[in-house]
Amino acid sequence: MTSIATSNGGAAARTARRPTMRARLQQALPKLVLAPSFAITLVFVYGFILWTIYLSFTNSKAFPKYVLTDARAYQRLWRWTFESDPPSSWYTSITNMAIFGVLYVVFALAIGLLLAILLDQKIRGEGILRPIYLYPMALSFIVTGVAWKWFLDPGLGLEQTMHQWGWTSFHFDWIKNKDYVIYTVVIAGVWQASGFVMAMFLAGLRGIDGEIIKASQIDGASPLQLYRRIIIPLLRPVFLSALIVLAHMAIKSYDLVVALTSGGPGGSAWLPSNFMYEYTFKRNEMAVGSASAVIMLATISAIIVPYLYSELREKAR
Amino acid sequence: MSTATVAPRAPGSPIVSRIVIYGLLGLFALVYLIPFFVMLLTSLKPMPEIQHGNILALPKEPTLDPWIRAWGEACVGLTCEGIHGYFWNSIKMVVPAVAISTLLGALNGYVLTKWRFPGHRLVFGLMLFACFIPFQAVLLPMATVLGTFGQFGKTLINMTGMNFGFGNPTVNLVFVHVVYGLGFTTLFFRNYYEAFPTELVKAAMVDGAGFFQIFRRILLPNSLPIIVVTVIYQFTNIWNDFLFASAYAGSGDVMPMTVALNNVVNTSTGVVEYNVNMAAAMIAALPTLLVYILAGRYFVRGLMAGAVKG
Repeated sequence: MTSIATSNGGAAARTARRPTMRARLQQALPKLVLAPSFAITLVFVYGFILWTIYLSFTNSKAFPKYVLTDARAYQRLWRWTFESDPPSSWYTSITNMAIFGVLYVVFALAIGLLLAILLDQKIRGEGILRPIYLYPMALSFIVTGVAWKWFLDPGLGLEQTMHQWGWTSFHFDWIKNKDYVIYTVVIAGVWQASGFVMAMFLAGLRGIDGEIIKASQIDGASPLQLYRRIIIPLLRPVFLSALIVLAHMAIKSYDLVVALTSGGPGGSAWLPSNFMYEYTFKRNEMAVGSASAVIMLATISAIIVPYLYSELREKAR
Repeated sequence: MSTATVAPRAPGSPIVSRIVIYGLLGLFALVYLIPFFVMLLTSLKPMPEIQHGNILALPKEPTLDPWIRAWGEACVGLTCEGIHGYFWNSIKMVVPAVAISTLLGALNGYVLTKWRFPGHRLVFGLMLFACFIPFQAVLLPMATVLGTFGQFGKTLINMTGMNFGFGNPTVNLVFVHVVYGLGFTTLFFRNYYEAFPTELVKAAMVDGAGFFQIFRRILLPNSLPIIVVTVIYQFTNIWNDFLFASAYAGSGDVMPMTVALNNVVNTSTGVVEYNVNMAAAMIAALPTLLVYILAGRYFVRGLMAGAVKG
């Protein structure tokens, strides 16, 4: 009697428990699915960043050493920053970064906006022009670098062609000139990115409410006024997105310099990313390389974190 | 799309402004095409024509020889077997990396929009920030970890005779690209699924459909546009990567295409064969270019939905 009762009770309890177990599993399942990705991000992004920061406070040379020493690596970078005579490679890298960053962002934005406005004038053949402006985005920086290196080579490319066409005084050897080589990186970089910026602006322009434009046209606004006062201000979010994308691409740029100039005469085309790679893997100064990576990360964070914060907070509302 | 816009007309007489607009657009198109055009021309010329000719001149004796040599004979470092092996290295790395990161991104996006939990915004924010870090900040620790994987692989060989891919450079790169592509793929799918009607998911839940059933039967069949975008984005990014490739597989016959191309072009020994270099560069560019031409329209449209709106 009792045994039957208990077995019955047990079965009842089991059938009652089974759905709750399943329900509990179902409830946990989404988190279980997300967990590996989140764990990977925590370890391989945030953990690794901490690891790199740690390395920058050691005196690691060719191999990592895990004994904390001091901020010597940062002190060296600090000294190199202000030691402009003769310029250290770190000084060259950060001044190049400033020149490249500003020109790259400004020109890519300006050309992208201009092309988008021109393309938005009810153009026949837009379907052909758009991919022409966009295709450089598909190329790797290595291919872009190879193509422009060839085109800008004074002995073979543009200069030579102009000479053959009779313009013998034409002179363009920036790629071999240590003072100007960074500008060739700007040219190739803008060539690659401006089509993408154009696409962003074009999408923005197409998203503007036609009623607003009609209304101000009725009010007698000239096209120039219309663009300056109404359309361009309405594109503000696109400007911001494009700026963020371009700024982070500028700071990440590494391969373009390698392929286009092989670093330039005496490393004169280096960006901080090239500095980091060279010091870490070629000059066996791992601590200094790590410190420079930390500085790059801090620079990018200063731009990105406020942007992401405002984006995500806006979503919450 | 374009019919809805009321683009303001440029000032001045309509004909003059039209000429200016088309003139500028044409000029820019020319500038964008010239490097590609010059590469193509150079890759079809024999060497003497390059040394004494004009880069913009059409080839007098067009030849496919440089392409054949680039594919089968060009020297990468000390070996002269062409770039075809490196081309396959890249394919073998790109395909699994794209597939895995896209699938994980889809699942993550699904959880982050349809199965929200407290703190989901923080999780997403942390994954999103990972898209923007300069990879130099993780380069060294990853090298150390991959080295450990290699040691582990050796131990496994000693114990079992197999290494299960541990320490294999291609497997390493697949792993690296999956890890650092997760943020992007999650972002794309999350933004896409955000606009997907939650009512449908709720209705399916009421009907007793489970987590994976809803994903497979309801979300996946409606995900084609964003899958296309994610695959194109990941494919171009991973195919074009140079930093990770040169840091983790930068020598020997394990190099991916970008590294091999850079070695071909920057070789300092012997006569520089510009036509072969240009053909090699074109071959390296071909897969991504093809993808862009075939599916670029979807890419731009989807990227706008994903990137501009945040």
